[in-house]
Amino acid sequence: MKIADDQPSGLSALDRPNSYIGRSVPRPNLTRLMQGRGQYVSDVVLPRMVHAAFVRSPHAHARIKAIATGAAKESPGVVAVVTGAELAAVITPWVGVLTHLKGIKSAPQHAIAVERACWQGEAVCAVVARSRAQAEDACALVEVDYDVLAAVTDPETALEETTPVIHPELGDNLTFERSLNAGDVDKGFAAADAIVAATFMFGRHTGVTNEPRAIVADWNPAEARLTVYQGTQAPHMTQNLFAKHLDLEERQVRVITKDVGGSFGIKVHIYADEMAIAALSKLLRRPVKFVADRFESFSTDIHARDHRVTARIGVKRDGVITAFEIDDLTGIGPYSVYPRTSGIEANQVVNLVGGPYTCPNYRARARVVFQNKNVMCQYRAVGHPIATAVTEGLVELAAAEIGMDPAALRRRNLYADDAYPATSAAGLKFEGLSHHASLDKLLAMMDYAALRAEQARLRARGVHRGIGLASFIEVTNPSAAFYGVGGARISSQDGATLRLDATGAVFCHSGVTEQGQGAESVLAQCVASSFGVPIERVRVVTGDTDNVPYGGGTWASRAAGIGGEAAWQAGKALRANVLAAAASILQADPAALDIRAGVVVDADTGRERMGLDEVARIVYFRPDTLPPGFQPEFLVTRHYVPRGWPFAFTNGVQASYLEVDIKTGQIALLKHWCVEDCGTVINPQLVDEQIRGGIVQGVGAALFEHCLYDEDGQLLNGNMMDYLVPMAGEMPDIEIGHVVTPTAESELGAKGAGEAGTAGAPACVMNAVNDALRPLGAAPILTMPITPERVLRALGKV
Amino acid sequence: MPGRAVEIRLRVNGEAVHERVDARRTLVDFLREELGLTGTHIGCEQGVCGSCTVLVDDAVVRGCLMLAVQCDGARVDTIEGISDSGAIADLQDAFARRNALQCGFCTPGMLIGAQDLLRRREIPSRDAIREHLSGNYCRCTGYHAIVDAVESVAQKRAGRI
Repeated sequence: MKIADDQPSGLSALDRPNSYIGRSVPRPNLTRLMQGRGQYVSDVVLPRMVHAAFVRSPHAHARIKAIATGAAKESPGVVAVVTGAELAAVITPWVGVLTHLKGIKSAPQHAIAVERACWQGEAVCAVVARSRAQAEDACALVEVDYDVLAAVTDPETALEETTPVIHPELGDNLTFERSLNAGDVDKGFAAADAIVAATFMFGRHTGVTNEPRAIVADWNPAEARLTVYQGTQAPHMTQNLFAKHLDLEERQVRVITKDVGGSFGIKVHIYADEMAIAALSKLLRRPVKFVADRFESFSTDIHARDHRVTARIGVKRDGVITAFEIDDLTGIGPYSVYPRTSGIEANQVVNLVGGPYTCPNYRARARVVFQNKNVMCQYRAVGHPIATAVTEGLVELAAAEIGMDPAALRRRNLYADDAYPATSAAGLKFEGLSHHASLDKLLAMMDYAALRAEQARLRARGVHRGIGLASFIEVTNPSAAFYGVGGARISSQDGATLRLDATGAVFCHSGVTEQGQGAESVLAQCVASSFGVPIERVRVVTGDTDNVPYGGGTWASRAAGIGGEAAWQAGKALRANVLAAAASILQADPAALDIRAGVVVDADTGRERMGLDEVARIVYFRPDTLPPGFQPEFLVTRHYVPRGWPFAFTNGVQASYLEVDIKTGQIALLKHWCVEDCGTVINPQLVDEQIRGGIVQGVGAALFEHCLYDEDGQLLNGNMMDYLVPMAGEMPDIEIGHVVTPTAESELGAKGAGEAGTAGAPACVMNAVNDALRPLGAAPILTMPITPERVLRALGKV
Repeated sequence: MPGRAVEIRLRVNGEAVHERVDARRTLVDFLREELGLTGTHIGCEQGVCGSCTVLVDDAVVRGCLMLAVQCDGARVDTIEGISDSGAIADLQDAFARRNALQCGFCTPGMLIGAQDLLRRREIPSRDAIREHLSGNYCRCTGYHAIVDAVESVAQKRAGRI
């Protein structure tokens, strides 16, 4: 392996001399992280800081009769022992609902449980001490008297009349329900030559970020300000929430996000224990730190998926799909998560099923129910892995049913590449996608025909390999349609502020955040290109609500497409301002000048006129020499939000090649491919690595990851010994290709790429397993994770 | 409950350290909280994720599975010392150019694990690299880029590219 040097990729029309768009520029902040000089919240230490630990409910559902804190208060190092009722005097509860999810309901949730614990792991009491170890010692001395209540754990029976209602005031255990009926579904099925029905099960899993959730809250009563160091994806969102529930103004709250040890949607929500830490700081008037340990992560970080989808597809003999129908049921724990709600994933499943295909007949129902398990909410690729696995699972089952090659069946039904703009059966608006070009490229990359021949050859020798495909669409660059219209104070716009410093370097302050995906690098590339300086001269600052433009942060694959466009526009604006100053100094026409590689030049010849350092020197230190009345402005801000399209849909297709050991049920992943179209590719290496990482997360869901609960709501495997994650040894090499269909909505044309890998991987791995087992007469495996046991059961061996 | 404090003497990144520590204190807590060496991270406290990987007398060790008192008389090297010495500069360069890290939380442990492999074998196969790093959990990269980076350094050190 030789690592290629950064060079133009040819992937972008903006990829030209003096441009960094389309180039694999290394990220500037990596050196720090590689030398152990990162600054994660786990590393933050402040004067007077104390540490919190929580007593957590061992029961899935229990009334809290009494909490005895006397012994804990006497324990060495203890500063305070605070119950939910005591903390409720400082912080108000919240309800995780949004108005655009019609009918969604939830109950008030407290920072620390008051009267009742609703899942195993919910905090019932906090202990604050001089060290975390002392706080944990004292937690063991807190005595809680519980009255154990019946736990509702099975979504299938959650709505039955005999099932207890978790929040009686809500009337039933239904959080949210959505139905959709497009085209004429009954007619579609009547016209089909074959109808395939299937039930897909998606296990609960979770994010397992390397760095657990961490927060340091510092209420300074002398300033009446709360400073929160938090590993979050959305600092302005959490600023609003801390202010709202602690009776503060937003301007009194500063959220600082430095290095974050992985997010993936886990850190885009507000958690009860994080709210509790802010409240404890206000109560104790000093900094309070909390870093979840791994057991707490498993029982309190949002879980994801947990869907049961019964589904049908109708198909004609020639491969034309005539109808889709799904019924989705998902359990989300006892509360809809704040502030984004736990209704979004099911809503996305309804939106996305059938999305790549032209079939106009589609009926869907999704029901979201409460249960006494940990809360569930949006995690990387929200809804996409479910919708893609259901759609693509049905497509390959249908192909097998009518004896058609699955790639050929897709070609018959995918939107044509010249069919745009188009609107899907579910009402999704597509500006421009490239399903066919992507599929063609993928099949060429993997040499599909040769692989099929190899598969057949090996099968004759008793080696069982499978090939699975999955076409998909991905929601990126969300407009206000996602949250703003529903009343959530989560910004869809984002901004970038640029400042030329006194030496000709540029500071870029952006509202998006760096979670390791490379947002800061992408922003620097945009600024360096549109302003015209070497990238080394751009310093990017993110993650500080006191110092960056108001913005949404990083989620739904928005940082590059939205934050990047704002930075691009800001660069252009600063260039105009600097050229105005240079023109004034040079007594030239600003339109005849340009900035290239940090030097003001004649636009037509490229002749160097003056360095930016010299422009800055004159403007900052010798303004007396400028013409009267001319005031240079070397600080500019530009904002961007998509307005023309609710979302910038991307598309792609993945393939998995794997081998199943039919004696042990073990699955060996041999190779994985993905062709993705995220529009303009700003940094090809960063895009590829987002996709690779996303694919492996999807593979984890397909084969390994499962939060196992017993019927009493006890999490059985909440630690890294028992919960399997993908490690290097089991993962394949992953080949990535691109098709480029820029969005015309922005000048850059970039769409998002952060979730494409996770969206498609479970579907194509599942399809590959079933492709391997089908000739053996095995029943299709449609339950994830696909464990060796499930493989052997499908083969009738256990 | 806190146990008795024990006096230990060790060398950390070449510097003499003489401290009293709780007997129950793990090595990683000792490094992070007593010595301020926060480059060694805590991920699972069960020895699974590898974020707390350090060297103790040149052996790769999980800092969460060893007590500080067990390091009395030992030589401990962390990512800070190994970086400053330049011993893995080529590996770090390859990781940066290949974007073999994203959030960076696993990276100190990953680098120490990779260096351990590169000292043992001339040019490991990609499978051998994957196998050797299978005790280091990375959620971001999907591992492919890490394997590329380690492979490229192995080839470079062997003078093959």
